[in-house]
Amino acid sequence: MTNNSENKKGIGGMIDPRRYGIERIAYLLMRLSGLGLLVYFIAHIYETSKILQGQFGWNEMIASTQTTHGHIILAIIIGMCVFHTVNGIRVMLGHGGVGVGTPTRPDYPYSPASQNIKHKIGIYSAIILAAIAMMYGLAVMFGELK
Amino acid sequence: MTQIPGLAEEHTSTPLSSSQSITLRIAKYNPVHDTEKKFMEFNIPYEKWTTVLEAILEVKKHFDHSVAVRFSCRQATCGSCGMIINGKPRLACFTKISELNSNIITVEPMNNFPIIRDLAVKFERLFDTHHKVKPYIIRDDTEITSDTKEFLQSPEELEQYIQFSNCIKCGLCNSACPTMATDSSFVGPQALAQAYRYVADSRDKGKDTRLKIIDESHGIWRCHFAGSCSQVCPKGVDPAMGIQLLRGYMLGFKS
Repeated sequence: MTNNSENKKGIGGMIDPRRYGIERIAYLLMRLSGLGLLVYFIAHIYETSKILQGQFGWNEMIASTQTTHGHIILAIIIGMCVFHTVNGIRVMLGHGGVGVGTPTRPDYPYSPASQNIKHKIGIYSAIILAAIAMMYGLAVMFGELK
Repeated sequence: MTQIPGLAEEHTSTPLSSSQSITLRIAKYNPVHDTEKKFMEFNIPYEKWTTVLEAILEVKKHFDHSVAVRFSCRQATCGSCGMIINGKPRLACFTKISELNSNIITVEPMNNFPIIRDLAVKFERLFDTHHKVKPYIIRDDTEITSDTKEFLQSPEELEQYIQFSNCIKCGLCNSACPTMATDSSFVGPQALAQAYRYVADSRDKGKDTRLKIIDESHGIWRCHFAGSCSQVCPKGVDPAMGIQLLRGYMLGFKS
């Protein structure tokens, strides 16, 4: 039970992806990947600032990423980046009113035109492309692909 | 001397003689003296056509008359009986128990609305935001003084907004919205869809006024197109579409 007077579920309610289909999952992934990329952006500035410590500092930092954990983290970043880009294009087009359907008299059983197959394909494409990019990245980083 | 007849004795409505039954879990909460929500369970027989509202009224009639629930038309027209049914906002009168495919039905008050008691919630904020977007035709002239006596509209022009005029202000969209779960100042999908309804109306001249109202930090830009509002709308309004089309006006995709 939420304690506030407005009966809001808060962040728990915002990120709960159940019961609303793939669109709500895409909404959650978009938020998570956005936050993840923001954290990566800050970490990346810190990471590249190591060059100010000369070649030794730079090599030490690079070495820290050449571990199994480092590779997995980078693969997740690749996945987040690809998903956020592809899904972001879908969302931006939607925000401009592109591909959200046209108003019409609804007939029962109602099927919202804005949740149409074009957007679903866009979401699944973003997920699949992110997965492919992650697998490719892992293959390169672990030396499967030269 | 005429005798005023007393109230007719209430007879049982549709007898529920089915062998099928479900466990109905009703959230009980009084903000005046309760600290948290409690669930009371009732075993309710049902028929293929029994709605969740009928099951709740059966509880009120035979088990616990203190259950607070708002309802009126029982035909998805008044928008009074919105509640969370098995985790999703729905109209209780428009949801058949047999459609839920569950032996346990849990009913709770709608999220993002202050609770009055049990399943009844306050609608003041929804009505305030609805009123905020000026849900009426704005013009300098009127049909009374106009030479034409009426504002003509083609069927194509009507199609642009008629879907959005089906809104019954039930609040299910606001309850499902993920932004409303955290942002107390967000205008909400109901009001934004109604803003589109009037902006798209060819008789209306208040587009700039309305766009200015929703063009604020807690206005239309807080919608992230999750689409949950459209999935729960019991009238097929599709607020997500209205909001994106409205944003199309603001971004210059439409004029």
